[in-house]
This record gives sequence, C-alpha cells and structure tokens, in this order.
Amino acid sequence: MDFYGVELSSRLLLGTARYPSPKILEAAIRASRTEIITVSLRREGGEQRAGQAFWSFIRELGVRILPNTAGCHSVKEAVTTAHMARELFGTTWIKLEVIGEADTLQPDVFGLVEAARILAEDGFDIFPYTTEDLVVAERLLEAGCRVLMPWGAPIGSARGLNNLFGLRAMRAHFPDVPLVIDAGLGVPSHAAAAMELGYDAVLLNTAIAEAGDPVRMAQAFALAVEGGRIAYAASPMEPRDMAAPSTPVVGKAHLT
Amino acid sequence: MRILLNGTEHRLAASRLDQALEALGYKGAVVATAVNGRFVPTARRPTTPLAEGDHLEVLAPMQGG
Repeated sequence: MDFYGVELSSRLLLGTARYPSPKILEAAIRASRTEIITVSLRREGGEQRAGQAFWSFIRELGVRILPNTAGCHSVKEAVTTAHMARELFGTTWIKLEVIGEADTLQPDVFGLVEAARILAEDGFDIFPYTTEDLVVAERLLEAGCRVLMPWGAPIGSARGLNNLFGLRAMRAHFPDVPLVIDAGLGVPSHAAAAMELGYDAVLLNTAIAEAGDPVRMAQAFALAVEGGRIAYAASPMEPRDMAAPSTPVVGKAHLT
Repeated sequence: MRILLNGTEHRLAASRLDQALEALGYKGAVVATAVNGRFVPTARRPTTPLAEGDHLEVLAPMQGG
C-alpha cells in the first residue's frame, strides 16, 4: 500500500485520543501494528505544557504521524491549522477535516474541496475526511488529493458501514485511488467488512480507545483488517438467494 | 500592552512575538503560533510585531483521532 509515495505494510491507521493512559495508548499502538497514528493540535499553556510531554511521547514511538484538522468548521480554520501542523510535526501529511454539521460531524464537502485545493497548491499531501459521494470524490482528486477517506458512519458512533452500496460503488469507481474508511467503526467485524469490500485501509480511534481492554481490542482489529484484506484478495464467492448443498449429492445412498 | 493569549487576557511589555513567547513561559517549547488568525512560522516570530488587543494562539501537539 502506498500513500503519497510511502510504502506501508499495515492497513490500520490509529487515532491517539481518549485512551485511559499513555501507557495503554502505547501498548495499543504496538498491538495494532499500525505504522500511522493521528494527532491533533490544541492550545498550550505556558506553565502546564501538556503538549510538550505528548510530543516527546509520540516521537519515541517510531511511527509516522498524520496530524488532523479536527474541530475545524471553516476553510480558513482548517488551512491555518494545517500550516501550524506542518511546522509543528514536520510533515506535509494532513488529515483534512472541515466539519459541516455538529450532530453528525458530517464533512462540509464544499469547504473540504476548497481547503484541499488551497493546501494541495501549497505542497500538502492531503488525506480528506469525506463522504462516499462520487462527485465530491472527483472534485477532491481534481484538487490534488491522492488518497480519499470516506466515513463509515458518524465519528465515534460505532455504527459500522452505514452505506454499503455507496462504499462499494466508490471502490468500483476509483479502482486505483487508495481508499481508507475513516470513522464510525465499532467492532473488528466492521473493519473486516471494509477490507472485504476492497478498501485499502481503515482509520479508527474510539472503538479501540473506549473498549474495556483497548490493547486486546487493538489486536482484534489488527487481525480483522488482515483477515479482511486476505479475503478480498481471495475473491469471495457471490451471494445467492437459494441454498446450494455443499456436500455432493452424487453417490448419496437410498435409505428410505 | 494587553493581548489575548489562547483566549485569556494577558498584559505584556514585549512588542514582538518571539519576546512575548519567552515572557509567557514558552521558551524552548515546541509550539506553533498564529496572530489574529494568521499562521506565523517560527522564522518570522522575531519580525512579527504585536499590538494592543491582538489575539495570539499558541498550539502544541495533542492526542487526536
């Protein structure tokens, strides 16, 4: 799998928020075998310096960092945050979120396309948090995105893949674009389903962070992602409406 | 001079961004800055003046999804 020229073997991207402790976060990152973690930026107090400790912590993990623009509701906010993230984290990668609606945290796809165009022209490698809308996806690609990240379901909802048909259509429509399901996954079977559809990767946070045992859940997601990907590569059989006996009928004894 | 640092009012003698950050306790900290909603890269802090009522945002790495 290749994101902006970077070869990756893990197909699980992991968020770093809401874990019970840094120790559990680190153990979950290891158990998930992820190579990319998402991070954010927030106000730093001159005295407390919580961000400095977190910065030291993530630098020692040895994984690639994908900063986000979470919480941004306008193009200006998202673009400014992206610039601040590029300097802070020393990466051109940005998970671009422009939120349009507070209840569902649905992307503002109009603002998203506009922000993507501005940032692409400025040399960013954009991972846009979008919907499964094919026209928006086309616009994002035209703007310069080389990866697309449609939602599975609203962020933190644990609903899984809300629109299987739409996601399947998106995969079929963009066979060569790396597609990542971002947000809404709750259990490993959701991740496996995404991979079986042919998605290149999944990005999740809350499903692991808020599990009773985040480290074991991270391991479970890692296995599900791997299993789903292998299943996709193995070409699953087509579903059918009627039964078809798996045991051969030929040679069956007459016992009536 | 009165400025808003991360939404809270502060009084400062410093008139440049680099001086203000030092006075506010950020010396050596890994932070990104914006003044009145515009990103100010580290290299431009010494040449960025601050004025009465400016909004200064100082951001650092944080957990995120």
